[in-house]
Formats: sequence, structure tokens, C-alpha cells
Amino acid sequence: MSENVLEIHDVKKHFNVGNKQVVKSVDGISFSIKKGETLGIVGESGSGKSTIGRTIVGLYEATAGKVVFEGKEISQLDRKEKREFNRKMQMIFQDPHASLNPRMRVGEIIAEGIDAYGLAKGKAKQERVFQLLERVGLHPDHATRFPHEFSGGQRQRIGIARALAVQPSFIVADEPISALDVSIQAQVVNLLEDLQKEEDLTYLFIAHDLAMVKHISDRIGVMYLGKMMELAESQTLFQEPLHPYTNALLSAIPVSAPKLRGTRERIVLGGDPPSPINPPSGCPFRTRCPSTMERCAVVMPEWKEVKKDHWVACHLY
Amino acid sequence: MSRLLEVNDLKVSFRTYGGEIQAVRGVSFYIDEGETLAIVGESGCGKSVTAQAVMGMVPVPHGKVKNGQILFGDRDITKLSKKKLQQIRGSEIGMIFQDPMTSLNPTMKIGTQIREGILKHQKLSKNEAKEKALELLRLVGISDVEKRYSQYPHEFSGGMRQRVVIAIALACDPKLIIADEPTTALDVTIQAQILDLLKDIQKKRNSSIILITHDLGVVAEVADRVAVMYAGVVVESGTVDEIFENPKHPYTLGLLKSVPNLDSPDKERLIPIDGSPPDLFAPPTGCPFAARCPFAMEVCVMHMPDKETFSDHHYAKCWLNDNRAIKVEEMITAGSEQLV
Repeated sequence: MSENVLEIHDVKKHFNVGNKQVVKSVDGISFSIKKGETLGIVGESGSGKSTIGRTIVGLYEATAGKVVFEGKEISQLDRKEKREFNRKMQMIFQDPHASLNPRMRVGEIIAEGIDAYGLAKGKAKQERVFQLLERVGLHPDHATRFPHEFSGGQRQRIGIARALAVQPSFIVADEPISALDVSIQAQVVNLLEDLQKEEDLTYLFIAHDLAMVKHISDRIGVMYLGKMMELAESQTLFQEPLHPYTNALLSAIPVSAPKLRGTRERIVLGGDPPSPINPPSGCPFRTRCPSTMERCAVVMPEWKEVKKDHWVACHLY
Repeated sequence: MSRLLEVNDLKVSFRTYGGEIQAVRGVSFYIDEGETLAIVGESGCGKSVTAQAVMGMVPVPHGKVKNGQILFGDRDITKLSKKKLQQIRGSEIGMIFQDPMTSLNPTMKIGTQIREGILKHQKLSKNEAKEKALELLRLVGISDVEKRYSQYPHEFSGGMRQRVVIAIALACDPKLIIADEPTTALDVTIQAQILDLLKDIQKKRNSSIILITHDLGVVAEVADRVAVMYAGVVVESGTVDEIFENPKHPYTLGLLKSVPNLDSPDKERLIPIDGSPPDLFAPPTGCPFAARCPFAMEVCVMHMPDKETFSDHHYAKCWLNDNRAIKVEEMITAGSEQLV
């Protein structure tokens, strides 16, 4: 568990939106993920959590900074290495309705990656597809059906089978359960946990549902407006949050039982998150922060390790 | 507290190319003045259609209220003419929709949209209506109201738009507010703000709220009573404490067990409900949950259970509560499931 599979160093991803305006979706983020670990990323809409996931997978090219996977920087890979990287790094998408080709049969969808990498042919390929379907809790007969014949939860299982087909070692799951019903969410989360153990996978789990992220992650990173605010082990983050934003975010989670009503002291954040096109100077959270200081408007606080494995970017520490 | 709304044995069906789909199959509930009732259930359980029926907004010609009464005061909403319904909608019942991005007209100024309902239902001049609209904007926590009044929806963020939608729903001081997943499209911190706002308004105006949601956290936070819907039927109903502390239907229990508990220190494995909800083109004759229920018995597949009452408010429709059924505890010791 000690070796870092993925390291990202000061990664930035900026989008040009015309009128000479630039959206800094991800603005200088660094973290690393150990083998077999699950790192959860939480943040509100517009925080850049999906962008960081897509940058890591290579769907976006980073504007600046380095993404290092298994010791190699991904922008420096040659064609052969890049192909291998694409196999090892897979993604599960949020919307199970939009991420499967409606004109392809489920078997074809899953076999596409197997074909592309020549992992199996003919009967062996067929067997592999059946095996994958069973592994994710579907029936081999389902291979000949089309995606529209399945419910949301089943489709998400197909998406997982497709990701597993090429025997990846790292999976980026971008809000894999937020489009599903409560009772189905638990099915998919349990499946992801089982697969992690059996296949020795490493996960980057992106979500906005804090309770679910806490459940599945070993460590959690909190993002706000393109910056990482805090990163710590999940227990620590929930019990001793340091950053005022993390504090406010945790206090906003509804209680889990009516008898606990009113026990959680709510920190109400004034206003809305600022526009990412025109973020505030210094720390992006300072406009809503209850403990803002003069210094916050001047410089973005440094990203530092305050306690062991507990990173935070805030002038308070 | 006096009774504000009572729904009796409501049935709503939709005609589709695939045949008739029975979305709501005999739903009964009531709501008193000043109370918050949460209707909980998963997609397709009929919770939104129930709300539409209460507003008299079941889409025609495909949808049809097949049976039942919706008593609002002494009027039956299912029997009212279009004109009478329009008088009630907006003035006596206000509606808050899920998606603040699509429930406002993008080509109309915010102020005009709020004023619209006021002008229609109340005898006020345009200027008086504007004053009232500004007051509503202040009430829902929007600052700089004069400027905001003449802005368009795209100039508002999601949370701000939802506040505007709430302002429109409140415009004519409705006695009943129906909120269909009011916070689902919003971020957690904004969700907390909107829930606080709803609670606050309810306290100030003594209005009743029917809150439709799938999020048990939201329910735990704001509801007084809960009705749990599954496959077009209310399977359990009771006060919020009864539902969370002492659920009597395996589906309710399943829902509670399938979300991670943030307030518990240990990491427990989630207990999902296996399978998926039944097809409502041909709903099962017995209990609709039987196919997914870890405690299902023979009788469950054959007959729909009757209501079993546990207290003034608490009832469930499950054969396990029948005194002839063996106790769940015994089943667990017999090793059938480790659900509890």
C-alpha cells in the first residue's frame, strides 16, 4: 500500500471560453494515490472535480503541471506506452443513459475494449464477456440486448463491466451513483468495493454525496473553485476538519435520523460560489468564509501538510 | 390542527403505446394545517404523479385519474372544472418544482414572473403587485431586490433561481405548498439554505408542506410525518420518529439500511435492496415488494396485505405484521437474512 500509483503535481486545466476569458477549472492541484487505495474527491458544482478526473484519464490535456502514472509522466509517453496507459486507466461515467451507445448490443459494448487490445478472440472473447456480465451481477443472456432494455442501475453495471474488460489497474469513477435510486446506489457501491478487493484496483471516486464518499474512500480531498482546500483520511476529515469550507460543507449534510435534528451546528455560508470566470483574488473561498482575514485577499494560501497526512490550504494554519 | 387535504384511494393511469401503466394504485393520505408531510420513494413509485393529481395537473389526454377523491377543504379536486382549478392553483396551492433551471421562463424578467400570479389571483394594481413581489424576494433571502427584480433567470445561480421559484409559489399565501424534490438539483450547502428557508416560511405563515423526495436525510431534517411509496402504493406511513426508529415495512427498513450512516463511527457494509421495482404495466397481484423482500412468504405473492395500524399515525401494509406470520426475529435466527 505504500507505492504511489498516481502523482499529480501542480496540475492546471484552463478552458478558453471566448472573449479572451479563461475558466480556470483546475488551478494548481497536487496529490498522490497509493496502490489499492480509494481517494474521494468532493466539491460542489463548478469546483473542477470532474475536470481533474478527466485530466487524469487523459480526456483533457493538462494546461500545466504533471500527471505521473506508475512513475511515468503521461504527456511524455510514446504511442505504445500511451496505449498501455489507456488500458490500465479506465473510467466509469455519471450518466448511465448517455455513456452507452444505444445502437450497440451490450456484448459488443463490453467486447470493444477486448478487441481493441486483442485480449481475446472468438470463443474466448465470448466467454470473457459472459464472465464479466456475471461478475457485475448481470446474466450472460443480457449480452444480446440493447442498453435501452436496462434500468439505470443495470446500465451502470454494464459501464463497470466495460471498464473491467481491459483489466485496468486504476479506475476514475465520476459520480457513478448520483443518477441512481437510493436502494440501487448501495448495490453499485458494494459491487465497486468487492471488485476493488478482488482485482486489486485503485479508485479515484468523484462525488458530491458526502456520506457515500466517506463510506467508500480511504482519503478525501475537498475542492472549491478549482483549488484543493483540504485532503485527509476520511475519518480525520469528518472528525477534525480544518478548513472553514470543509467545516461548512460537513455542517450542511442533513442529519441521519430525526432525533439528531438540531444537534449539528450549521454554518451557513452567505451567498453563492463566485463565478469561475472571475474568481476572487487570493483564496477563492474568502468571499464566503466566516474567518476571512486581510491576507486572504492578497495571496492564495500555501498547500501544506499541517499534521501527518493532513493537508490544507488556509492562512489559519 | 385541522385537516387541510385528504386523499382517498387515488388511482392514476397513463395510456402509452405499451399499454396502460398504473402509476398510482390506490393512495390515501392526509395533511393537517402547519404540518410537513414527506412522500418518499424511488423513481417510478408514483410520488410525483400523486403530487400532480393534487394540483389537478395530471397530463391529459394520456393520464387519467381513475378513482378516488382529493378533498381540499370541502372541494374535491378531481371533480373541479378547469376554471375552478385555475383559481385554486397558485392561490391556495403553490408548487415548487425540482429543476430551477427549467421551471422559470427564460424570456421573462424575474419580477414579471412573480407578479404574474399576484395579478391573476389578487385584486391589486401593478404597483402594489410590484411591492408585494419585492417583499417576497426579500422573504426568500435575495439581496438587492430592486435590481434583481428586473433581471432574467440566466443572471441567477441555481440556488437563487430556486429561491425565485419559492417566491412565486408563495406569492398568494397558499395554505398548501407542494415541493417536488426542491433541493435535488442543488449543492449541499445550498440545499441546507433552502431547507432552512422552507422551515422558516412555514413557521411564519403556518402553511402545510407536502415534500416529495427520495433523500432520507432531507426527510430526517424537516418532515413531521412520512408516507413511504412503492410501486404506486403507500406501503408505510407514520410520524418521522416512528418511521426512522421503528420501521414496520421491510422496504422502509431497506431504504434506511442502504444509505451510509454518517453519525456512526464504524464503517459498515451497506445493505442494498436486491433487484429492481416491478413493472407497472402488469403490477403484481400480491405485495409489490415481495419479489425483492428478504422475508417474503407465500401469502405475499398472492394477496396484497391490508393496513396494519400501530398507533394513531403509524400503519404499514405488510403481512409480517399479521399475527399469523412468524416473527422476523425468528427468521433471522433461522438464518434467512442478516438484514437487521
